[in-house]
Amino acid sequence: MFVDGSIRPKYPLFGKPNETDGSMTLSSLSLEARSQADDPSSLVMRFGADEPLMMDAGIALAPWQIAYQTYGTLNADRSNAVLICHALTGDQHVANDNPVTGKPGWWRTMVGPGRPVDTNRFFVICANVIGGCMGTTGPASTDPATGQPYALNFPVVTIRDMVRAQAALLDRLGIETLFCVIGGSMGGMQVLQWAASYPDRVFAALPIAAAARHSAQNIAFHEVGRQAVMADPDWRGGRYLLEGTRPSKGLAVARMGAHITYLSEIALHRKFGRNFQDRSAPTFSFDADFQIESYLRYQGISFVERFDANSYLYVTRAMDYFDLAAEHDGSLARAFKGSATRFCVISFTSDWLFPTSDSRAIVHALNAAAASVAFVEVESDKGHDAFLLDEPEMFAAACGFIDAAARVRGIA
Amino acid sequence: MAPSLAVPTTDTLTGHRLDFLLVADMVEPGSRVLDVGCGDGALLSLLRERRNVDGRGIELSREGVNACLAKGLPVIQGDADTDLADYPDDAFDYVILSQTIQATRQPRVVLEHLLRIGRRAIVSFPNFGHWRVRVDLALRGRMPVTENLPYSWYDTPNIHFCTIRDFVELCREVGAQMEKAVALNAGGKPMQVSLPWWVWNLLGYQGVFLLKRG
Repeated sequence: MFVDGSIRPKYPLFGKPNETDGSMTLSSLSLEARSQADDPSSLVMRFGADEPLMMDAGIALAPWQIAYQTYGTLNADRSNAVLICHALTGDQHVANDNPVTGKPGWWRTMVGPGRPVDTNRFFVICANVIGGCMGTTGPASTDPATGQPYALNFPVVTIRDMVRAQAALLDRLGIETLFCVIGGSMGGMQVLQWAASYPDRVFAALPIAAAARHSAQNIAFHEVGRQAVMADPDWRGGRYLLEGTRPSKGLAVARMGAHITYLSEIALHRKFGRNFQDRSAPTFSFDADFQIESYLRYQGISFVERFDANSYLYVTRAMDYFDLAAEHDGSLARAFKGSATRFCVISFTSDWLFPTSDSRAIVHALNAAAASVAFVEVESDKGHDAFLLDEPEMFAAACGFIDAAARVRGIA
Repeated sequence: MAPSLAVPTTDTLTGHRLDFLLVADMVEPGSRVLDVGCGDGALLSLLRERRNVDGRGIELSREGVNACLAKGLPVIQGDADTDLADYPDDAFDYVILSQTIQATRQPRVVLEHLLRIGRRAIVSFPNFGHWRVRVDLALRGRMPVTENLPYSWYDTPNIHFCTIRDFVELCREVGAQMEKAVALNAGGKPMQVSLPWWVWNLLGYQGVFLLKRG
């Protein structure tokens, strides 16, 4: 697919081609990622054979486990718990250094001491989603029945399954009500599902850059990504872990394509333009002449070292299946009928993956259900990724909403 | 906050705007209220404190929305001209349009939505029939630009000024029933109810109307 040129760009190609036969070898990083699937470097709650997770696919998954992190202290009333829901490729390491990549937690700007979700004040929980690959049961986990990874024998997961798993975790932790559920993108989908499935357990909900259903365009992008993974001969029908291969090229291409959808045209142009990468003229080859090519290749390479390809298939599928209105006879308002939850919906002007119109549809439904809802559209040219970045307007809105809700809830 | 013809006059004791206090008096305690163009949420806060309302807001500016969020007010960033259509019928007991109708693109459509969404509508607006405005136009031959009305004709957000009489005529056209009508003088105080319309139209700085579907 991508031919290695003689001039080495800054971020050369996928994986580390073996000198002799060109096959991929596994880096220590991806081996570390692999070990996280069963034995995560975080807290983990285990559910036995008699405590199955009832999944939408009609499967009772047991035994199963959910990997999570907590920050801060639960107060005596147990009223200050905040659940953070992560996006497609996120994990439970929201505010601590990631054990695989060594990079800071993925939402350090939002969660931490003195941040909008202040860990000096709130007891923050973040769990890896069901179907994930960072310690919650998923396709990379070992199936106790066979002693081998589940691979494609794992049932297809849904956003509702993810939320059910989180609810089971909270039951175990003795937390009846969440003060707030917060998440962006797929995390926002979980926030909406929480509010619909467990209205009495959610005092406040903050879905950011989210939608109540995945659009045809978004399903289309996901399908391209999945086909890239499955077209890689090293995917081996999903059995790559057993056969000692990795569909790194396919997964990297999937990530490259997806990454474009997280940005905006204007942000790409500002950051890269048509600039050349370490050269002053085209090489008349298919090498990464342009900075944007080099950047995307880097995104692809770094992703495959930390993420499981089958997990990518499952979690993208969960997003595709998400349609909250469909669960309520086609009426989104019905999903929130009688809800006492306080909602704050945030979108970004340049987000074309989860555009403001998606957020407005949520707001309209909440209005029709007479729910309490605030809505802010943040001016940003950074696209969908804006929710993960330093966006002062988003922090101001989140802070105002969370602080006011905490006053009503009586949280010091 | 939509620019006002009259500088808002405040109650010296409480600091609340007099026109807001007047609006608050029109709202039944414990009702559901939507404030369209709610600015920083001052009126909604007042209504929550004094009338124990379940208040919601729509506001165009992000600064306004953020100020409302910090007060714990559920306010949606949106536009009266485009977003009212999405609200169901009879969703609120009162829909308030305070000092905003003159800045909308389609005042008549907006008014019709107010009457559809709310069982009652409360509309307040600056009176363009006030004698100082008339003097400016009649004697100077210029669109009025004063301390109270600082915009030039070409950059004003107030694109649909009307007089109290104009508004009364619009209410008749859309079939709205006037339950209460009050004109506020330059000091922000209600004028005598017994005065004829033409006096209100000449001396009133603002009109405040409580309306109901006809």
